[in-house]
Amino acid sequence: MNNDVKHIVAPLESGLVKELRAGDKVLLSGTIITGRDAAHKRMTDLIKAGETLPFSIEGEIIYYVGPTPAPPGRPIGAAGPTTAYRMDAYAPLLIEHGLKGMIGKGRRSDAVKQAMAQWGAVYFTSVGGAGALISQCIKQAEFLAWEELGTEAVRRLVVEGLPLIVATDVHGGDLYISGPAQYRR
Amino acid sequence: MKTILVGDITLAVKKLCMEACTILGDDVLQALERAHASEESPVGREILGRIIENAHIAKTENLPLCQDTGMAVIFLEIGQDVHFEGGSLTEAIHEGVRLGYGDGHLRKSVLHPITRINTGDNTPAVIHMEIVSGDRFRITMAPKGFGSENMSRVVMFPPSAGIDGVKEFIVQRVEESGGNPCPPIVVGVGLGGTFEKAALLAKKALLRPLGTTNPDNLLAELENDLLERINSLGIGPMGLGGRTTALAVHVNAYPTHIASIPCAVNIQCHSSRHREVEL
Repeated sequence: MNNDVKHIVAPLESGLVKELRAGDKVLLSGTIITGRDAAHKRMTDLIKAGETLPFSIEGEIIYYVGPTPAPPGRPIGAAGPTTAYRMDAYAPLLIEHGLKGMIGKGRRSDAVKQAMAQWGAVYFTSVGGAGALISQCIKQAEFLAWEELGTEAVRRLVVEGLPLIVATDVHGGDLYISGPAQYRR
Repeated sequence: MKTILVGDITLAVKKLCMEACTILGDDVLQALERAHASEESPVGREILGRIIENAHIAKTENLPLCQDTGMAVIFLEIGQDVHFEGGSLTEAIHEGVRLGYGDGHLRKSVLHPITRINTGDNTPAVIHMEIVSGDRFRITMAPKGFGSENMSRVVMFPPSAGIDGVKEFIVQRVEESGGNPCPPIVVGVGLGGTFEKAALLAKKALLRPLGTTNPDNLLAELENDLLERINSLGIGPMGLGGRTTALAVHVNAYPTHIASIPCAVNIQCHSSRHREVEL
């Protein structure tokens, strides 16, 4: 585990994905998009039908989150990561279409890891259940598409110093495997 | 005979929903602090620190602890000498959930299982009622997030599996769940009864305050044994490695049929939320 914290900016500069290694701590600033189960199904259906998405995923980082409604005076409510394996069925296609990063919690399938290595994408994790803390790093939120999905709508977020850990990299590194292996007895 | 107005129940449920989602119980905070002090993994320690910090921010900023404010699970203990006036008890509970999730800016996560159309107000709640003696009326609100609920299972073991087979299954369930249910988790186990009784026993086991010992010696021993095995898996906080995979294992048991050992494992994330009130 590298103790230095890397400050990185989203969307990610080309070439940066390869430099990130499982276990790296990063602070992410910039703009990211959100999407979870229902939005992933819609994106996949559109891509498979040969249609254009109402927003671009090229070079983007997607945050698997379904926030609580914004209380008065705040851009967003609690906004921690949701479990990533539910997006495994959809992620390879999105990665093939230019998605460069994902933020969620829990390990990914081999198919997702393979797509990440092939097309160049990184999987970050933040602390699940730390919705109030993470909310403090989100400075702006606006709907990008499918507002009718409520919490599952696609939003664009402006984040500042969002604390993340690189969970799975393009070199085969996976903290969900190496971390527990180190402490198993 | 005690009379309770259902309108008072609605207000009580509303308040419980809002409090349960923003204020972590002292027993859970203390368990997290103990884990933070003893965790060997630097990443694990950092994560536990953030979880504790999150609880403080949620309380002071009046924000939900977690964006998954859950499905509202309501337990009612109803004294047989209690009489309700002013309308339907069940409707009063749902209305309390509707108001709590609306006014509390909590997430509406409840939808039709097939059409996936959201009900828009987080109703209906899941309500468990138990008739008890006397004129007590107690409401427990336990919002349940589904990152951990999805990792839960019920299995009907043949008696030949024995307690060793049951233990193996429980430990394996936690291992296969990995980081998905947001460890450190609380593991609720229901042993015995029927299929649905086992699940309810497991869910109720999650309500027991952390740090308490099971009054049944046999079950207390089982809990210690399971906790030690689970915390030897190495999964650690958020599944990234460490000693703290579970804060506690709680087991509830009930007699069962000669043909079976029903076993339910209900997994609870570290945001182990529940609030109670007596009217």
